[in-house]
Amino acid sequence: MTVSVQVEHATKQFTLRYHRTIKQITIAAMRRQKISDTFKAVDDVSFTVQQGESIGLMGLNGSGKSTLLKLVSGVMKPDSGSVLTRGRIAGLIATGAGFHPQLSGRDNVYLNAAILGMTEAETKRKFDQIVDFADIGRFLDTPVGHYSSGMFSRLGFAVAVHTESDIFLVDEVLAVGDKPFKRKCMARMQEIRDEGRTMLYVSHAAASVRQMCDRVLVLEKGVLGFDGPVDEGIRYLHYDDADTDEKPTDVVDDTEDEVLGADV
Amino acid sequence: MTTHPDPVRIEPVLQPAPDLAPPFSKGGLIEVFRRRYLLKLLVQKEVRSRYQGSLLGVMWSYIQPMVRFCMYYFVIGLVLGLHKSFPNFAIHMFSAIVAMHFFTETFSSGTRSVVKNKSIVRKMPMPREMFPVASVIVSAVNTFPQLAILFVASVVAGWRPDVVGVLAAFLGLAIVTVLGTALALLFAGLNVFFRDFQNIVSTFMVLTTWIVPMIYPFEKVATSGLGHNHVFYSIYMSDPLTIAVVLMQRAFWIPTALGKDGFPDQLGDVGFPYLPHNYMELGLLMLGVSCIILVLCQMVFRRLEGKFAERL
Repeated sequence: MTVSVQVEHATKQFTLRYHRTIKQITIAAMRRQKISDTFKAVDDVSFTVQQGESIGLMGLNGSGKSTLLKLVSGVMKPDSGSVLTRGRIAGLIATGAGFHPQLSGRDNVYLNAAILGMTEAETKRKFDQIVDFADIGRFLDTPVGHYSSGMFSRLGFAVAVHTESDIFLVDEVLAVGDKPFKRKCMARMQEIRDEGRTMLYVSHAAASVRQMCDRVLVLEKGVLGFDGPVDEGIRYLHYDDADTDEKPTDVVDDTEDEVLGADV
Repeated sequence: MTTHPDPVRIEPVLQPAPDLAPPFSKGGLIEVFRRRYLLKLLVQKEVRSRYQGSLLGVMWSYIQPMVRFCMYYFVIGLVLGLHKSFPNFAIHMFSAIVAMHFFTETFSSGTRSVVKNKSIVRKMPMPREMFPVASVIVSAVNTFPQLAILFVASVVAGWRPDVVGVLAAFLGLAIVTVLGTALALLFAGLNVFFRDFQNIVSTFMVLTTWIVPMIYPFEKVATSGLGHNHVFYSIYMSDPLTIAVVLMQRAFWIPTALGKDGFPDQLGDVGFPYLPHNYMELGLLMLGVSCIILVLCQMVFRRLEGKFAERL
């Protein structure tokens, strides 16, 4: 077996700054208030993923799932410990791609694909498939800043799933999609898994984790609390007593989502 | 860009498994130029977004230096009368304006580049040097037509190319490019942490007009009381921008001024105080210094880059 992702004692510390300007900092210092505070979003996490495994990454909001995914994807660098990956990485982080709001959907597809490491020819070849999958129709040439959050993440997901990658990361993508799109995503993710690619899947939906994954990692306040079989992991989280797959499907505000689920 | 897929479908060849490696970009300017396709897209995006929603579009990169030029021409040339004592003073100013406008545009747009692209920086792994470097290229693209205008104006004023002059022009532009890239990298990184830096940069921009021999000739500095002050003269001459501007003027202005208003008739006879001593050697030295600054700024950028995603 080949190791696909190797995380050893990875720690990521965030600094909370309460005061932004020199004036505020000075006043706070005089009143002996705290100027800044640190917390560990990911705290000494170690695990190894073999090539072809699909991992469900679970945990409550703010437990560090997205941060861990950012460390694996290479958006963030661990403060200590190490994160090693093999091959190309694609996927979505915090329900949406890195799109530039001023650019049209079309330009963003090209830019995003290029960042993920696709060449111009590769993108052109897959462009129609991507647009078909995203199903955004005539909005293709509209700046993505005007997209609804559903359209936004549909396009991002479409680019990510059409990238040739060895490791695929999915972060709560199903939170904003409508039912037909969710179904399409699940089918596509099954395909990716069956192709033998490594998958890291963040979800609160116990049923879809059960369906997709063969191992579960549970994070608790940044610490890896559980690493093992799917059903035990779901029981560990007490997610098995409710049918969490039927969460409300209405649109979640992107910024709110990031505050609550992704970055904290 | 087209929506038509390639008629030939080439299935990707499965490559042998690469080694385990940290996913975070190793960064570095070499990595930027290895991914030229991505750089090209970023430059295109930048060119389009810089003038988005504006009627005149790219014309703005001509209007601004033209207005500056007219203003200086009127005040310095006509009101203060430098036209009488200096031949082709307009060319003198314009050759400096081209170089300085390139520098200021590189520096200020580069400083904002990472923050401006935060939606991408926060979610996509890539060498973040891409953004400042793309701004440098966009600024170069915008500067090129000004260079063409300068060229035409100089020819009209009687300019003929000479080897040293052409080399001087390239050397001057090289200094500005390297130094501009270095400062764009450094301040783009710092600006992520404190947005004060973009204001510091725009404040500094006010100075750039005055610290180089642009609206006053080098000769005035060299022959004034201040110029005889050794300390002042050394400080003045250790600014790479001063040397770059002098080199540009050597390339375009000096050849048009020969034999007029007391200027020597032969290019070879033009020396101090019209130009600094050993200006070509000085230019090479400044290029070397700028390269060292670039390496240092790149190192600082790499250290700062580790925290970009969380601080934006």
